Amino acid sequence: MGVLRKLTPVVGTLCFLLAWQLIVVVFKMPPYLLPGPVAVAYAFVDNLDILLSNGWVTVYEMVAGYALAVGVAIPLAIAITSSQRFNEFVMPTMLFFQIVPKVAIAPLFLVWFGVGATPKILVAFLISFFPIVIDAAVGLRSMSTEMADLAKSMGSSRWQVFAQFRLPTSLPYLFSGLKVAATLAIAGTVVGEFVGADKGLGYLLLVTNSNMETALMFATIVALTIIGLVSYYLVELLEGALIPWHVTHRIRESGTM
Amino acid sequence: MNEPYIRLTNVGKRYETKDGPVEACSDINLDIKQSEFVAIVGPSGCGKTTIMKMVAGLQPYTSGSITVGGKRVESPQTDVGIVFQEAIMLDWRDVLENVMLQIDIRKMDRSKYEAVARDLLKATGLSGFEKKKPYELSGGMRQRVSICRALVHGPTMLLMDEPFGALDALTREQISMDIQRLWMETRKTALHITHSIPEAVLLADRVVVMGPRPGRIVEIIDIDLPRPRRLDRLPERFHEYSTRIRDIFKSKGVLAMD
Ligand SMILES: Nc1ncnc2c1ncn2[C@@H]1O[C@H](COP(=O)(O)OP(=O)(O)OP(=O)(O)O)[C@@H](O)[C@H]1O
Ligand SMILES: [Mg+2]
Repeated sequence: MGVLRKLTPVVGTLCFLLAWQLIVVVFKMPPYLLPGPVAVAYAFVDNLDILLSNGWVTVYEMVAGYALAVGVAIPLAIAITSSQRFNEFVMPTMLFFQIVPKVAIAPLFLVWFGVGATPKILVAFLISFFPIVIDAAVGLRSMSTEMADLAKSMGSSRWQVFAQFRLPTSLPYLFSGLKVAATLAIAGTVVGEFVGADKGLGYLLLVTNSNMETALMFATIVALTIIGLVSYYLVELLEGALIPWHVTHRIRESGTM
Repeated sequence: MNEPYIRLTNVGKRYETKDGPVEACSDINLDIKQSEFVAIVGPSGCGKTTIMKMVAGLQPYTSGSITVGGKRVESPQTDVGIVFQEAIMLDWRDVLENVMLQIDIRKMDRSKYEAVARDLLKATGLSGFEKKKPYELSGGMRQRVSICRALVHGPTMLLMDEPFGALDALTREQISMDIQRLWMETRKTALHITHSIPEAVLLADRVVVMGPRPGRIVEIIDIDLPRPRRLDRLPERFHEYSTRIRDIFKSKGVLAMD
């Protein structure tokens, strides 16, 4: 029973792939329109070197943009939750950068920084930055008044309140932002590459698209999906290691999810 | 030493809310001697929590004066241990470390106080649970941990705000006995807030009975019963005290308590 239950998602995925292959075969789909999963798998294996060399470029840009976003967003969240005045000061600017479509800024970055990695890193940064700031700020404000009272009754210094109470309390919120940002970072990188690049998976998508190499294009999409999934689960792994007390993990341990 | 340790003189509190001011309590006069155990019992919303927070320096009072140890209360008191209605546990620390938090924050000597912490955990039936995380404990166990945390640093004053409010009757009785025993050993000046009449009579030297909003003290009753008081051998006078307090509530139109 337990094993069968665990296999359910695998069976579901297999059914989807089978249906896809069937549609391609039965309706005799031309491969430049819709290649079957078998053809995509072949394209993936045959072009592994191309996918890897372009994949590294994209991974590098994504990780750099994401790391930059984390490095700026967390201190900023600490600053805006420590000072109401500073919060009011930066909020309008931050909202502007959140609401302005990143796709619209990307060509500007190209003009400023050329076709190198910089504009892609910046788009990935911009797109993943906001959810981290917002969730970290919500987390840093989430300490209960009772916990604040407890801290005061112990004579905690400002730093102790932050390090012993406020920061650990914020971690579950911070990580939900970090996970959302991880999936956004890869999207941002590809947008950056669409606008102007001579390597990377986004570039490969454009080339295969115009060459009608649809099977390789699908293989590229698969590669991007793998990168997105891996980065998401890496963050989740870190979350499990850092905050084992977090409720969602507790629920999972007891087998509900 | 005959000076009261905690002294409330004509204390009143008015919260400013967007629907206008709310009078939480007024004309509170109460002296608590060193090593005395005082319980405040009263209906919901009569300002019990407010009084405790004002004594702890966590809420400013809007009239009268409060002194603790002869000094006017103007900022959060730190020579104190507080137990809140919900056990405030730091999930990232295990049971022992939750108690030791008090020592860490105060930069007291860990090596000296770890033994104190372990003794307290033992006294409240928690030995063997030192390495457990708070979320692995029951509500009653968590509340016991927070009682240990309120005592580990040897404060002069112990404040408890409905510490058993969220617990079942059986657990309440057990922890009441724990508190009585710990108090008899340490003789802290204790202010215990509750809405349970038997609990107040069981634990306290004096019971402060409060009326419904706006909260005022209706009567202060001396509980002259020998200690340790045992739940399985309650003297007739215990029931007389309880009935007397219940009658006060009835006369004030407070519906049946408990
Ligand atoms: N922070 C606050 N702001 C505004 N009003 C408040 C605040 N805290 C308490 N009050 C009001 O003050 C009154 C007394 O509240 P308090 O919490 O002291 O009552 P209590 O006796 O502890 O009640 P309970 O037994 O339900 O805990 C209530 O009417 C409440 O609405
Ligand atoms: Mg209360």
